[in-house]
Amino acid sequence: MALEDKVRDIIVEQLGVNADQVKPEASFIEDLGADSLDTVELVMAFEEEFGQEIPDQDAEKLTTVGAVIEYLKGKNIGD
Amino acid sequence: MGCLDGKIALVTGAGRGIGRAVAEKLASEGADLALCDVKVEWLAETEAAVKGMGRKVISVAADVSKAAEVDAAVDAVQAACGRIDILVNNAGITRDGYLARMSEEDWDAVLDINLKGTFLMTKAVAKLMMKQKSGNIINIASIIGLIGNAGQCNYAASKAGAIALTKSTAKELASRNIRANAIAPGFIETKMTDALPEEIRKKMLDAIPMRRFGLPADIAHAVLFLASDASAYLTGQVLSVNGGMVM
Repeated sequence: MALEDKVRDIIVEQLGVNADQVKPEASFIEDLGADSLDTVELVMAFEEEFGQEIPDQDAEKLTTVGAVIEYLKGKNIGD
Repeated sequence: MGCLDGKIALVTGAGRGIGRAVAEKLASEGADLALCDVKVEWLAETEAAVKGMGRKVISVAADVSKAAEVDAAVDAVQAACGRIDILVNNAGITRDGYLARMSEEDWDAVLDINLKGTFLMTKAVAKLMMKQKSGNIINIASIIGLIGNAGQCNYAASKAGAIALTKSTAKELASRNIRANAIAPGFIETKMTDALPEEIRKKMLDAIPMRRFGLPADIAHAVLFLASDASAYLTGQVLSVNGGMVM
Protein backbone atom coordinates (compact mmCIF):
# COMPACT_ATOMS: atom_id res chain seq x y z
CA MET A 1 0.00 0.00 0.00
CA ALA A 2 1.29 3.47 -0.86
CA LEU A 3 2.31 5.79 1.94
CA GLU A 4 -0.54 8.18 1.13
CA ASP A 5 -3.09 5.37 1.46
CA LYS A 6 -1.71 4.18 4.79
CA VAL A 7 -1.77 7.71 6.18
CA ARG A 8 -5.32 8.20 4.90
CA ASP A 9 -6.50 4.96 6.50
CA ILE A 10 -5.02 5.91 9.87
CA ILE A 11 -6.70 9.31 9.76
CA VAL A 12 -10.05 7.81 8.76
CA GLU A 13 -9.79 5.30 11.59
CA GLN A 14 -8.62 7.78 14.25
CA LEU A 15 -10.90 10.68 13.45
CA GLY A 16 -13.91 8.81 12.09
CA VAL A 17 -14.01 10.90 8.90
CA ASN A 18 -14.71 9.85 5.31
CA ALA A 19 -11.75 8.98 3.12
CA ASP A 20 -12.70 11.66 0.57
CA GLN A 21 -12.33 14.37 3.24
CA VAL A 22 -8.69 13.43 3.74
CA LYS A 23 -7.15 15.77 1.16
CA PRO A 24 -3.53 16.95 1.34
CA GLU A 25 -4.56 20.49 2.29
CA ALA A 26 -7.01 19.37 4.98
CA SER A 27 -6.18 20.62 8.47
CA PHE A 28 -6.77 18.05 11.21
CA ILE A 29 -8.27 20.55 13.60
CA GLU A 30 -10.03 22.96 11.27
CA ASP A 31 -11.27 20.64 8.52
CA LEU A 32 -11.37 17.19 10.08
CA GLY A 33 -12.78 18.07 13.48
CA ALA A 34 -9.85 16.86 15.56
CA ASP A 35 -9.24 18.17 19.07
CA SER A 36 -5.73 18.51 20.49
CA LEU A 37 -5.84 15.07 22.10
CA ASP A 38 -6.87 13.60 18.72
CA THR A 39 -3.74 15.07 17.17
CA VAL A 40 -1.60 13.44 19.88
CA GLU A 41 -3.31 10.11 19.22
CA LEU A 42 -2.74 10.54 15.48
CA VAL A 43 0.97 11.09 16.00
CA MET A 44 1.10 8.00 18.23
CA ALA A 45 -0.69 6.01 15.53
CA PHE A 46 1.78 7.19 12.85
CA GLU A 47 4.69 6.30 15.12
CA GLU A 48 3.30 2.81 15.63
CA GLU A 49 2.48 2.20 11.96
CA PHE A 50 5.79 3.45 10.58
CA GLY A 51 8.09 2.48 13.46
CA GLN A 52 9.48 5.99 13.55
CA GLU A 53 9.51 8.20 16.61
CA ILE A 54 8.18 11.69 15.92
CA PRO A 55 9.65 14.25 18.34
CA ASP A 56 7.25 16.82 19.82
CA GLN A 57 8.91 19.70 17.98
CA ASP A 58 8.24 17.92 14.67
CA ALA A 59 4.78 16.75 15.67
CA GLU A 60 3.50 20.26 16.33
CA LYS A 61 4.20 21.19 12.70
CA LEU A 62 2.15 18.28 11.34
CA THR A 63 -1.13 20.14 11.16
CA THR A 64 -2.32 18.98 7.75
CA VAL A 65 -2.55 15.68 5.89
CA GLY A 66 0.00 16.87 3.35
CA ALA A 67 2.47 17.92 6.06
CA VAL A 68 2.40 14.40 7.48
CA ILE A 69 3.00 12.79 4.10
CA GLU A 70 5.86 15.18 3.29
CA TYR A 71 7.38 14.61 6.72
CA LEU A 72 7.29 10.83 6.44
CA LYS A 73 8.67 10.95 2.88
CA GLY A 74 11.47 13.17 4.18
CA LYS A 75 12.32 10.37 6.61
CA ASN A 76 12.39 7.90 3.70
CA ILE A 77 9.38 6.08 5.03
CA GLY A 78 7.02 4.22 2.77
CA ASP A 79 9.20 4.42 -0.35
CA MET B 1 -22.87 -13.41 37.33
CA GLY B 2 -20.76 -10.53 38.57
CA CYS B 3 -20.78 -6.85 37.73
CA LEU B 4 -17.32 -7.15 36.16
CA ASP B 5 -17.89 -10.19 33.95
CA GLY B 6 -15.59 -10.14 30.93
CA LYS B 7 -13.44 -7.28 32.26
CA ILE B 8 -9.64 -7.40 32.55
CA ALA B 9 -8.19 -5.68 35.61
CA LEU B 10 -4.53 -4.87 36.25
CA VAL B 11 -3.64 -4.38 39.93
CA THR B 12 -0.19 -3.24 41.07
CA GLY B 13 1.19 -4.16 44.47
CA ALA B 14 -1.16 -7.14 44.33
CA GLY B 15 0.96 -9.45 46.50
CA ARG B 16 -0.47 -8.45 49.84
CA GLY B 17 -2.48 -5.96 51.84
CA ILE B 18 -4.90 -3.71 50.00
CA GLY B 19 -3.72 -4.83 46.55
CA ARG B 20 -4.42 -8.46 47.26
CA ALA B 21 -7.86 -7.69 48.72
CA VAL B 22 -8.67 -5.59 45.66
CA ALA B 23 -7.57 -8.31 43.23
CA GLU B 24 -9.68 -10.92 44.99
CA LYS B 25 -12.72 -8.65 45.19
CA LEU B 26 -12.59 -7.81 41.47
CA ALA B 27 -12.15 -11.49 40.65
CA SER B 28 -15.14 -12.38 42.82
CA GLU B 29 -17.24 -10.09 40.60
CA GLY B 30 -16.12 -11.83 37.43
CA ALA B 31 -13.01 -9.91 36.30
CA ASP B 32 -9.94 -11.69 34.98
CA LEU B 33 -6.82 -10.41 36.67
CA ALA B 34 -3.35 -9.23 35.74
CA LEU B 35 -1.29 -9.03 38.92
CA CYS B 36 1.85 -6.95 39.23
CA ASP B 37 4.43 -6.72 41.99
CA VAL B 38 8.19 -6.33 42.25
CA LYS B 39 8.68 -10.09 42.15
CA VAL B 40 6.30 -12.68 40.69
CA GLU B 41 6.94 -14.94 43.71
CA TRP B 42 5.20 -12.35 45.86
CA LEU B 43 2.05 -12.89 43.81
CA ALA B 44 1.72 -16.65 44.32
CA GLU B 45 -0.94 -16.48 47.05
CA THR B 46 -3.06 -13.86 45.30
CA GLU B 47 -2.76 -15.80 42.05
CA ALA B 48 -3.93 -19.01 43.74
CA ALA B 49 -6.88 -17.20 45.32
CA VAL B 50 -7.98 -15.68 42.00
CA LYS B 51 -7.62 -19.02 40.20
CA GLY B 52 -9.64 -20.63 42.98
CA MET B 53 -12.54 -18.37 41.96
CA GLY B 54 -12.31 -19.71 38.42
CA ARG B 55 -10.92 -16.50 36.95
CA LYS B 56 -8.00 -16.23 34.56
CA VAL B 57 -4.86 -14.66 35.96
CA ILE B 58 -1.46 -13.54 34.70
CA SER B 59 1.33 -12.39 37.02
CA VAL B 60 3.97 -9.92 35.88
CA ALA B 61 6.98 -8.47 37.69
CA ALA B 62 7.81 -4.77 37.54
CA ASP B 63 9.36 -2.06 39.64
CA VAL B 64 6.75 0.58 38.82
CA SER B 65 9.32 3.37 39.13
CA LYS B 66 11.17 2.07 36.06
CA ALA B 67 9.59 2.94 32.71
CA ALA B 68 11.14 0.02 30.82
CA GLU B 69 9.85 -2.50 33.37
CA VAL B 70 6.39 -0.95 33.38
CA ASP B 71 6.19 -0.94 29.58
CA ALA B 72 7.32 -4.56 29.40
CA ALA B 73 4.78 -5.61 32.02
CA VAL B 74 1.92 -3.82 30.26
CA ASP B 75 2.99 -5.31 26.91
CA ALA B 76 2.93 -8.77 28.49
CA VAL B 77 -0.56 -8.20 29.89
CA GLN B 78 -1.81 -6.89 26.57
CA ALA B 79 -0.33 -9.88 24.74
CA ALA B 80 -2.01 -12.29 27.16
CA CYS B 81 -5.34 -10.56 27.69
CA GLY B 82 -5.80 -8.38 24.59
CA ARG B 83 -7.06 -5.39 26.55
CA ILE B 84 -7.08 -3.72 29.96
CA ASP B 85 -10.39 -2.39 31.26
CA ILE B 86 -9.47 -1.51 34.82
CA LEU B 87 -6.15 -0.27 36.22
CA VAL B 88 -5.66 -0.09 39.97
CA ASN B 89 -2.47 1.77 40.90
CA ASN B 90 -1.96 0.43 44.38
CA ALA B 91 1.80 -0.19 44.67
CA GLY B 92 3.19 2.04 47.40
CA ILE B 93 5.80 2.28 50.11
CA THR B 94 6.61 4.36 53.19
CA ARG B 95 9.99 5.61 54.43
CA ASP B 96 8.94 7.65 57.44
CA GLY B 97 11.07 10.23 59.17
CA TYR B 98 10.94 13.81 60.31
CA LEU B 99 11.42 16.35 57.57
CA ALA B 100 14.49 17.89 59.18
CA ARG B 101 16.18 14.49 59.20
CA MET B 102 14.80 13.01 55.98
CA SER B 103 17.41 11.80 53.53
CA GLU B 104 17.18 12.65 49.88
CA GLU B 105 17.22 8.91 49.26
CA ASP B 106 14.08 8.31 51.35
CA TRP B 107 12.32 11.22 49.69
CA ASP B 108 13.16 9.92 46.22
CA ALA B 109 12.31 6.29 46.98
CA VAL B 110 8.76 7.16 48.09
CA LEU B 111 8.10 9.68 45.32
CA ASP B 112 9.50 7.28 42.71
CA ILE B 113 7.24 4.37 43.61
CA ASN B 114 4.11 6.13 44.78
CA LEU B 115 3.90 9.04 42.34
CA LYS B 116 6.19 8.39 39.39
CA GLY B 117 5.12 4.74 39.41
CA THR B 118 1.47 5.78 39.17
CA PHE B 119 2.33 8.12 36.30
CA LEU B 120 4.34 5.52 34.38
CA MET B 121 1.72 2.81 34.76
CA THR B 122 -1.11 5.20 33.87
CA LYS B 123 0.78 6.40 30.80
CA ALA B 124 1.42 2.87 29.53
CA VAL B 125 -2.14 1.67 30.13
CA ALA B 126 -3.85 4.88 29.01
CA LYS B 127 -2.43 4.40 25.51
CA LEU B 128 -4.32 1.12 25.30
CA MET B 129 -7.45 2.52 26.88
CA MET B 130 -7.46 5.45 24.41
CA LYS B 131 -7.46 2.96 21.56
CA GLN B 132 -10.19 0.93 23.24
CA LYS B 133 -12.13 4.15 23.83
CA SER B 134 -12.93 2.87 27.28
CA GLY B 135 -11.20 2.34 30.57
CA ASN B 136 -11.21 2.90 34.27
CA ILE B 137 -8.27 4.04 36.38
CA ILE B 138 -8.32 3.87 40.15
CA ASN B 139 -5.43 5.29 42.15
CA ILE B 140 -4.95 4.31 45.77
CA ALA B 141 -3.97 7.57 47.47
CA SER B 142 -4.19 8.17 51.21
CA ILE B 143 -5.84 10.28 53.87
CA ILE B 144 -2.30 11.54 54.47
CA GLY B 145 -2.31 13.04 50.97
CA LEU B 146 -5.27 15.18 52.08
CA ILE B 147 -4.25 16.26 55.59
CA GLY B 148 -0.47 15.68 55.79
CA ASN B 149 1.25 13.91 58.67
CA ALA B 150 4.23 14.58 60.89
CA GLY B 151 6.95 12.13 59.93
CA GLN B 152 5.51 11.43 56.49
CA CYS B 153 6.28 14.49 54.36
CA ASN B 154 7.48 12.28 51.51
CA TYR B 155 4.48 9.95 51.66
CA ALA B 156 2.05 12.86 52.03
CA ALA B 157 3.56 14.66 49.03
CA SER B 158 3.47 11.50 46.93
CA LYS B 159 -0.20 10.86 47.73
CA ALA B 160 -1.25 14.49 47.24
CA GLY B 161 0.58 14.29 43.92
CA ALA B 162 -1.29 11.11 43.04
CA ILE B 163 -4.58 12.90 43.70
CA ALA B 164 -3.63 15.78 41.39
CA LEU B 165 -2.46 13.25 38.80
CA THR B 166 -5.83 11.51 39.08
CA LYS B 167 -7.74 14.73 38.44
CA SER B 168 -5.58 15.65 35.44
CA THR B 169 -5.98 12.14 34.04
CA ALA B 170 -9.73 12.41 34.49
CA LYS B 171 -9.90 15.73 32.64
CA GLU B 172 -7.62 14.61 29.82
CA LEU B 173 -9.25 11.27 29.13
CA ALA B 174 -12.93 11.81 29.89
CA SER B 175 -13.61 12.40 26.17
CA ARG B 176 -12.22 8.93 25.50
CA ASN B 177 -14.69 7.28 27.87
CA ILE B 178 -11.97 6.73 30.46
CA ARG B 179 -12.69 7.51 34.08
CA ALA B 180 -10.05 8.17 36.75
CA ASN B 181 -10.72 8.36 40.47
CA ALA B 182 -8.72 8.09 43.66
CA ILE B 183 -9.41 6.44 46.96
CA ALA B 184 -8.01 7.97 50.13
CA PRO B 185 -7.90 5.17 52.69
CA GLY B 186 -7.64 6.10 56.35
CA PHE B 187 -5.83 3.80 58.77
CA ILE B 188 -6.01 0.33 57.24
CA GLU B 189 -4.63 -2.79 58.97
CA THR B 190 -1.80 -3.97 56.71
CA LYS B 191 1.90 -4.72 56.96
CA MET B 192 2.49 -1.04 56.23
CA THR B 193 0.61 0.12 59.33
CA ASP B 194 1.72 -2.83 61.50
CA ALA B 195 5.11 -1.18 61.52
CA LEU B 196 3.81 1.84 63.47
CA PRO B 197 4.47 2.15 67.22
CA GLU B 198 1.62 1.24 69.58
CA GLU B 199 1.20 4.81 70.88
CA ILE B 200 0.67 6.14 67.35
CA ARG B 201 -1.84 3.37 66.65
CA LYS B 202 -3.75 4.28 69.81
CA LYS B 203 -3.77 7.97 68.88
CA MET B 204 -5.06 7.07 65.41
CA LEU B 205 -7.81 4.88 66.85
CA ASP B 206 -8.93 7.70 69.15
CA ALA B 207 -9.30 9.92 66.07
CA ILE B 208 -11.64 7.48 64.28
CA PRO B 209 -15.31 8.07 65.12
CA MET B 210 -16.20 4.50 64.11
CA ARG B 211 -13.66 3.23 66.66
CA ARG B 212 -12.06 0.61 64.47
CA PHE B 213 -9.24 0.48 62.00
CA GLY B 214 -10.13 -0.17 58.40
CA LEU B 215 -9.57 -3.52 56.72
CA PRO B 216 -8.21 -4.14 53.22
CA ALA B 217 -11.72 -5.38 52.36
CA ASP B 218 -13.15 -1.92 53.13
CA ILE B 219 -10.92 -0.46 50.43
CA ALA B 220 -11.61 -3.33 48.05
CA HIS B 221 -15.34 -2.58 48.25
CA ALA B 222 -14.68 1.06 47.36
CA VAL B 223 -12.51 -0.01 44.43
CA LEU B 224 -15.27 -2.31 43.22
CA PHE B 225 -17.71 0.61 43.29
CA LEU B 226 -15.36 2.80 41.26
CA ALA B 227 -14.53 -0.06 38.88
CA SER B 228 -18.15 -0.87 38.13
CA ASP B 229 -20.86 0.93 36.20
CA ALA B 230 -22.47 1.79 39.53
CA SER B 231 -20.14 4.81 39.45
CA ALA B 232 -20.55 5.52 35.72
CA TYR B 233 -20.96 9.31 36.21
CA LEU B 234 -18.09 9.65 38.67
CA THR B 235 -14.67 10.86 37.55
CA GLY B 236 -11.84 12.96 38.99
CA GLN B 237 -13.04 12.34 42.54
CA VAL B 238 -11.35 11.31 45.75
CA LEU B 239 -13.34 8.80 47.75
CA SER B 240 -12.35 8.92 51.43
CA VAL B 241 -12.73 5.57 53.19
CA ASN B 242 -11.64 6.22 56.75
CA GLY B 243 -14.31 5.47 59.37
CA GLY B 244 -14.97 9.19 59.66
CA MET B 245 -11.39 10.10 60.61
CA VAL B 246 -11.50 13.10 58.27
CA MET B 247 -14.72 14.67 56.99
